[in-house]
Amino acid sequence: MPNVKVVNVSKTFGDGKIVAVDNVSLEIYDKEYFSLIGPSGCGKTTLLRLIAGLIPMDKGAIYIDNVLVNNMPPEEREIGFVFQTYALFPHMNVWENVTYGPHIKAWEEKKASALGRETLEMVKLYGRSEAFPNELSGGMMQRVAVARALAAGAKLLLLDEPLGALDAKIRNELRYDIRRLVKDLGLTAIHVTHDQAEAMAISDRIAVMRKGRILQVGTPYDLYMNPQHLFVANFIGESNFLEGHIVDVQQDFTTVRLRGGVTVDACNAKARKKDERVVLVIRPEAFTMQKGWKKTANGITGTIKRVSFEGTTTRYEVYLKTEETVIVTRPSLAEQPLPVNEKVTLTFQPEKSHIFPYPLLGLMEELKSE
Amino acid sequence: MGKQAKIMKSLDKISSNSILRSGLYLATIFFFVAIILIPTVLGIALKWNLLSTVFENPDLLSRAMNAVGASFAIAAFVSVIDLIAGVPTAWFIARGKSRWLNVLDTLCDLPFIIPTVALGYSLLLFWDSPLGVAGLFGGSLLSPGWLLIILLHFVFSFPVVVRVMVGALLDYKYVYEEAARTLGAHPVTADRTVTFPILKPSLVGSFVLAFARSLSETGATIVVAGTFETGVVFISNMNTPENQAIYGQGPLVFASLLLLLIAVIIFGVIQLFGTRLKIPIKHISRSFEKKASGKKVVRLRDGATLFTLFFLILLPALFVAVTALPAIQDGTLGNALSGSVDQTGKYNWGAYWQSLLVSYFVGFAATIVNVVAGLPMAILIARNRMGKQLSSVLDALVNIPIIVPSVALGVSLRLFWANFPFVPELLLIIMAHISITYPYFVKSLAAAIMRVDPEVENAARILGARPFGVFRTIILPMVKYSFFAGAIIMFTRSISETGATVAVISPTSSLLTVPVLLVQWIRPLLPSGTTTAVGVSSAVGLGCGFLILFSILILLVLRLMMRGKGRY
Repeated sequence: MPNVKVVNVSKTFGDGKIVAVDNVSLEIYDKEYFSLIGPSGCGKTTLLRLIAGLIPMDKGAIYIDNVLVNNMPPEEREIGFVFQTYALFPHMNVWENVTYGPHIKAWEEKKASALGRETLEMVKLYGRSEAFPNELSGGMMQRVAVARALAAGAKLLLLDEPLGALDAKIRNELRYDIRRLVKDLGLTAIHVTHDQAEAMAISDRIAVMRKGRILQVGTPYDLYMNPQHLFVANFIGESNFLEGHIVDVQQDFTTVRLRGGVTVDACNAKARKKDERVVLVIRPEAFTMQKGWKKTANGITGTIKRVSFEGTTTRYEVYLKTEETVIVTRPSLAEQPLPVNEKVTLTFQPEKSHIFPYPLLGLMEELKSE
Repeated sequence: MGKQAKIMKSLDKISSNSILRSGLYLATIFFFVAIILIPTVLGIALKWNLLSTVFENPDLLSRAMNAVGASFAIAAFVSVIDLIAGVPTAWFIARGKSRWLNVLDTLCDLPFIIPTVALGYSLLLFWDSPLGVAGLFGGSLLSPGWLLIILLHFVFSFPVVVRVMVGALLDYKYVYEEAARTLGAHPVTADRTVTFPILKPSLVGSFVLAFARSLSETGATIVVAGTFETGVVFISNMNTPENQAIYGQGPLVFASLLLLLIAVIIFGVIQLFGTRLKIPIKHISRSFEKKASGKKVVRLRDGATLFTLFFLILLPALFVAVTALPAIQDGTLGNALSGSVDQTGKYNWGAYWQSLLVSYFVGFAATIVNVVAGLPMAILIARNRMGKQLSSVLDALVNIPIIVPSVALGVSLRLFWANFPFVPELLLIIMAHISITYPYFVKSLAAAIMRVDPEVENAARILGARPFGVFRTIILPMVKYSFFAGAIIMFTRSISETGATVAVISPTSSLLTVPVLLVQWIRPLLPSGTTTAVGVSSAVGLGCGFLILFSILILLVLRLMMRGKGRY
């Protein structure tokens, strides 16, 4: 079973004017379900196509199963690729699509048929073998595309936004189906998506890309709990960003003065210096919320401006005295919802916050997805 | 509110009336059936009683059968080599990355815009005179005959294949090929098993167009045929005053009917079974296809493609320009510009300019009539305005003028309109050109309208636009490119048309279009019983040169008008 190593790979388009992949290095382990996520145009699909050999790279090296594949055409890389549009051959029925790989590789007819049947049963579509792609629903087409890739003997499955064109409910079902298949068959999978929730739900590890570079690689938990970049904190889940200056750096915590002179204790930020301009990042669920304006430790006061009931949680937009708005989410069942215009005090535990130096190009620019 | 806005508003209002809309569509169908379809086939069909002349003369019957057989054999062979050469050229243009490919793409169109009669003479000079490549081989490399006909038909039908296939390749979703590659297919395997089967309708379509073009071309074929007879050459030979006096119209009708019937049967079979052909994907030699996908083979293929394009198509097609050069020194240019007759009395430049005017007048008239009459027909077909079945039938019937050989079509039109003696000859020529060019516009525009999502129309209607308003403000801007492209094809086809014009005008007529006049000028230069070498005349070179030059200039103007009329 293959691992994949990407070493200093770059790819530009338009005579070098557009840098799609910028000196990227990455290792994907054997049997790992790995996701590449990032906003549109960040280079994730380009990186996947480089791994597949569908486009040539400008520089760098790619190894699949420890074999350098830079000059190896896609047909010899033993990969399976599931395209965003599925790319089912319109002139072939489901059976012909799925057995295409075994046939053109001139495998024995018996083996080809067995593989076709096995993979179609795996995706629960054996009964639709005679159907043509235009007779299938989006979810079915997606499953045929996966079956086709598997029947061709792929050990490395590359998935380019395979669920992007499906509705939310089917997408949620199919993402677990794909993961289960990959794990049952012991494959390595690289899954490209812009949907962070999808990546978080199914991946062993995730790489977050932006502007052709990989910002952070880690488990979903790592990325959520310990983002190393402001962009990652914003892209994975939801975060509040409060501007401030460091007042004091202690052993276990750092004191930050926010706008309007409010001081709070935040996480340990030993690398930061006194008076440095910083951004304090707090997840919406990290806040606790009390009625009324109270003088409590690590408290910030504000007024609720909007309340949205979202089922499991209730979401509040709170306008702070610092003249910034933060999002607060609270469990719906555990707490009685508070009304709009209610004066509230927000508190948080310092270790559940993150401090980042204020970006050179400004906070908005740093958080921008495009 | 301006006058124009008022008219548009009135038309918008009128278009809401469903009875008037139906009336317009019925009038369109009537025009098509009465002016294009019936005269195209009925003229010959009604004269079936003349066939006895041929059946009573076994030699003539055999000659006609052989000629028609040769037409189909040549058309089939040419269409196959067109695909063999045209598809790699289209591939090279569509898949390449060089900025020069745009130039190459335009160059591929050149044989299409050069009037075929000039093309025929140019090929003859290139292959059969000491001036051309034949000079390297003792003066004549290829004499007029079947081989030169094949080369000629290859030259003028090649752009059709390239044009259709470049379009098809640009529209083709490359992702299918990528999918095949990731499933283990070498590039050649992916092309054989995925790309070509998906492009099959375009391959069949381009084959049909090349076949029809080869089958129906007359003017240039006469020039390079020598004593060899194809169906159209036979018809043309039988159209001379001498042969008319001996045989009457029987041989014309016989050959035309035979060409028409066999063509209809062949195209019917191709339409029915062509797209059902399945290419098996099993039992392949992987090592062979891997080698065939290699860089060396691809380079070799590209090299052969470029060689074919430049040395077998472009150079022979443009060679006639060489003979126009002496015209500057020998006084021919002066004669031409003053519109006088040259010293030998052979070349009447006054008649040339008049025929040029006739050609452009006929071209513009046919184009305008077809734009007006073809527009509602295109909508009718594309949007099933009067039911899906009727649209399908009309879609199939519109092809008939394309598949009927133009000379046969001309004969049919002449015989049909002979029943109406009040129809002047100029109108007859225009009618013939309308019939021949009508399908090019309707097919091109209908295909473009089909590509427009009907939801866009619905959105406009919901926002308050009336049917004509929807067409004017939404559909037309979206299909402008195809609209102008269809008009250009009609115009160029009309300017270069020879066969039908020769057939509709009476053998003694002085009303000539420029290709017909050039045929008369070129004929004495062709090898005949007494001379074996092709004659060279700076007047003919200049005559062809002017026609090419003006055609290119008009095309450039039309292309400039098209600029910015983007594809959506």
